[in-house]
Amino acid sequence: MLDTVFFYLFTLLTLGGAILTVATRNAVHSALFLITSLLGVAGLYLLLHAEFLFAVQIIVYVGGIMVLFLFVIMLVNLDAAAAQRQFSRMWPVALGCVALVGLELFYFLGKGEPAFRIAAPPPVPEPTAGNTERIADVLFSQYLLPFEIASLLLLVAVIGSVVMAKKRI
Amino acid sequence: MLDSFIPSWAELLRFMPEIILSLVGSLLVMLEPVTGPKSKSMLGHVAIAGLIVALGATFVAHANPGAAFSSMIVVDGFATFFRVIVFTVGILTIFSSYQYLDREGSNRGEYYALILFSVVGQSVMVVANELIMIFIGLEISSIATYVLAGFLRDDKRNNESAIKYFLLGSFATGFLLYGIALIYGATGTTDLGEVRQAVLQSAEPPVLLLSVAAGLMFIGLGFKVSGAPFQMWTPDVYQGAPTPVTAFMSAGPKAAAFAIFLRIFVTVFESVGDRWEPLIWASALASMTIGNFAALQQKNFKRLLAYSSIAHAGYVLVALTARSEIGTASAMFYLAAYALMNMGAFAVIAHVAGKGETTVDVSDFAGLGAKQPVTAALLTIFMLSLIGVPLTGGFFGKFYIFKAALESKLLWLAILGLLNSAVAAYYYLRVLVVMYMEEPSARTENLEPMPMSLQAALWLPAAGVLFLGIFPSAVLEFASASARLLGQ
Amino acid sequence: MEFFIVSTIKALLVFFVLMTTLAYLQWVERKVIAHIQLRQGPYRVGPHGLLQPLADVIKLITKEGIVPPHVNKFFYFLAPIIAVSMSLIAISVIPFGGEIEVFGITTHMQLTDLNIGLLLVLALASMGTYGIALAGWASNNKYSLLGGLRSSAQMVSYELPLSLAIASPLLLLNTLSLREMVTQQEGFMLGFLPNWTIFQGPAPQLVGMVLFLIAAFAETNRIPFDLPEAETELVAGFHAEYSSMKFAAFFMAEYSNMLTAAAVTTTVFLGGWLPALPGMAGDLIAPAVFATGGAVCLYHGLNPARKRDKYTLPVFALVFFGLAALFLAPPLKDIAMPLFWFGAKTGALLFVFIWIRGTLPRFRYDQLMGFCWKFLFPVAVLHLLATALLVALAG
Repeated sequence: MLDTVFFYLFTLLTLGGAILTVATRNAVHSALFLITSLLGVAGLYLLLHAEFLFAVQIIVYVGGIMVLFLFVIMLVNLDAAAAQRQFSRMWPVALGCVALVGLELFYFLGKGEPAFRIAAPPPVPEPTAGNTERIADVLFSQYLLPFEIASLLLLVAVIGSVVMAKKRI
Repeated sequence: MLDSFIPSWAELLRFMPEIILSLVGSLLVMLEPVTGPKSKSMLGHVAIAGLIVALGATFVAHANPGAAFSSMIVVDGFATFFRVIVFTVGILTIFSSYQYLDREGSNRGEYYALILFSVVGQSVMVVANELIMIFIGLEISSIATYVLAGFLRDDKRNNESAIKYFLLGSFATGFLLYGIALIYGATGTTDLGEVRQAVLQSAEPPVLLLSVAAGLMFIGLGFKVSGAPFQMWTPDVYQGAPTPVTAFMSAGPKAAAFAIFLRIFVTVFESVGDRWEPLIWASALASMTIGNFAALQQKNFKRLLAYSSIAHAGYVLVALTARSEIGTASAMFYLAAYALMNMGAFAVIAHVAGKGETTVDVSDFAGLGAKQPVTAALLTIFMLSLIGVPLTGGFFGKFYIFKAALESKLLWLAILGLLNSAVAAYYYLRVLVVMYMEEPSARTENLEPMPMSLQAALWLPAAGVLFLGIFPSAVLEFASASARLLGQ
Repeated sequence: MEFFIVSTIKALLVFFVLMTTLAYLQWVERKVIAHIQLRQGPYRVGPHGLLQPLADVIKLITKEGIVPPHVNKFFYFLAPIIAVSMSLIAISVIPFGGEIEVFGITTHMQLTDLNIGLLLVLALASMGTYGIALAGWASNNKYSLLGGLRSSAQMVSYELPLSLAIASPLLLLNTLSLREMVTQQEGFMLGFLPNWTIFQGPAPQLVGMVLFLIAAFAETNRIPFDLPEAETELVAGFHAEYSSMKFAAFFMAEYSNMLTAAAVTTTVFLGGWLPALPGMAGDLIAPAVFATGGAVCLYHGLNPARKRDKYTLPVFALVFFGLAALFLAPPLKDIAMPLFWFGAKTGALLFVFIWIRGTLPRFRYDQLMGFCWKFLFPVAVLHLLATALLVALAG
């Protein structure tokens, strides 16, 4: 019961935040609504008993990335941009797309749960250890390679941003 | 417990080419600050050496086929084939870059490192057997390429190219991720083999959901291979980027994206093939038509080749529509041939372009035949191959593709494709006419002699194109054998 | 039901103690700084200015809350709320002691124990940044904005060495729950050296603790890293436009952050509520300390320097003796002893915070960033790698 209430609460945070992120004119407000949305996702992780992901989501996205977003937005004066017309005339098209996706969604919802999966859900193992330990186990055994390769991705991003942005190389 | 963390030697061997290239790339970044401004080309040599060693390691890995790292990657003939393509593209790109970068005054180590990293990303894509691996590989390759497209930071066209490529590319990646998420949601796994099993075994596959997933992945990959209707970024990005990078973009990432295209659509979504076939049919036709007819109008040689690359993506999509072993094999063959001829053609442009890429119009090539007959002859080979004239790799590429299409009863697509090829002949031949028949332009009058490195970047692909055109069977047999294994 | 009642009581208790501590922490700071600078500090309100915090609180509450006309109202009010709530929530996972039994109810001296306790503290610390950054932005004042900008850059930068420094003791402790961390540090090596992480083999974390404390100074905006408010450059930085209770909220947040930082350091590196000496020696230290205090008071009361000392000091002596007796009485001892050790360690660290404020000047902004990225971060990485290697070698 309580779980359901919280689920809808966090969903509301996530979706409402996401919509307002794109709908507000003020860039700072947008960033803050994005934070709200990310916090909602963190809450959903918590409901799924993924405590580690919950904390990491907050530390990395809310505490790290979004602070930098805000930093840049505050650094660049966007007042002039906020006064301008920001929405292109494409919004009927966007509305059409959203309606299409919504239609699709309701179609699947109407067909019930089996429409969403073709394989039997993998057996959820009894939680023998905490969420953190299980993530570590999976990350360092089955997903070792993607985990390591991701470091290369970050390296490329770092080199790339330095190449693009440094004043004088 | 600890033992499971340590991969076995055979597993490392299967992943050795990527390991070597990552290490060499990191080495380049570390060497960059300690090399003098005059000796940056040394770093390029190191990069080429690394790529050649990786090429060797590819064959060693091929001798030990199989899956590795909890079947995150799989080394099979298909993977080896595309690994060889992307590594070769990397080598050729660096050969054609030396002179270009020196001329633009930004010969820097990061360039070579980024090329290597991008190649690693593509290589990861082609060996990946898991959706997350595919995604990470795609991102490594893309991010490195975004930066390369804007490498000459003071050039406005470079900036435009980089930002357009970056925005649309990340947007496309989002679609791909949605597709991956839907597949995971439906099957509970991201392992391609398991997904395939799940699709095959389910009594009544909810085709619609899978089709949505396939459609989203098609959008994501369609952007990367510049297939219509997701081709609009291609001309601007190709025109704005430094010419060697354009060559690289049109060959390496494209081949790798087609590789995962094949792996996902031909294996995983095979059983729901009749659902996505019309989609790809339409996309193939649209790509060919848009590419060829738009190319007719182009004066800028890079833009012309950009539209031609859209058209060629269309031809490969025809092979995909065939949904057969020979279709896959012909797509592989075509991509190999296309990579070579495109690299060669862009190398000539890089030579003629001049400082700041001021002379890249087709008319600037006037009189090249008289002034530098060898360069002109090589460009002729590439142009003829792009048209698909016999004795060149392009001919057999197209031949096998349309044969595959006909065998799969795609009569109309084959006919329309052939008509398209005829249209394409016009604009390729126009280049030859300008080059041989017209009076030398201001640029060709004072064209500097071609340096050794650029000559390598021309002769190697020319030899490759002719080899594929005269002895296609060896490569084709390898491709068919690996395509057969892929389908299982 | 019992759970809710006990939790409510514990929460109220912790809140009350916390608020008092925060108020008096500020008094201690003013006193210590004053003595470092050869001044007297607060002296007027109450004996030795002991009632000064109360006066301050009354002043701050009753002051007119001025809202400048040019501020962004919503965020202007939201910012101090974020700052203070994030810093206060963090206290809830700090364990002050082990399991105790009061009136037949067994409970832990901790509000709640999470299996991600430490991560939660880090998450809340990173959320606290928004309080400052938003305050700077919403104030619509260039000094405030500069303060907010500085704070967001500084916090993001120093979070990295902070997290890296605290990751290395985790390799020894193998848990993220703060209570389990303390139980992991129980016992003594060689009979006298406590098994705390700063001494624990195979990789003593002394360097880790220093790194963590340095980064914590920056995270809590304390001198020498108080760039966001730097009075001499930015007037008062992010809180220049704040007055009355809204200002008090920032003030409280800063001290509460400091307290959290000290408490986390105590828990992770210094064995939390565990005694520093084994057996009887550890048990006797607390009464001995208080008894000594009482004896000193008594002595001065018997030889009064001022007239009224004849009455006040013996009273204080009695209080001290009473406290000493507390540690000897069996049922109370189990509650008081862990609290004493936890308080002593945390207090010592808080003293270091104050001491450094009285000693070091402020960094220049580029020095601050350079120090973080070019020194602290690489050292923290190397330290983590060295710890990991030692732990792996020790098997």
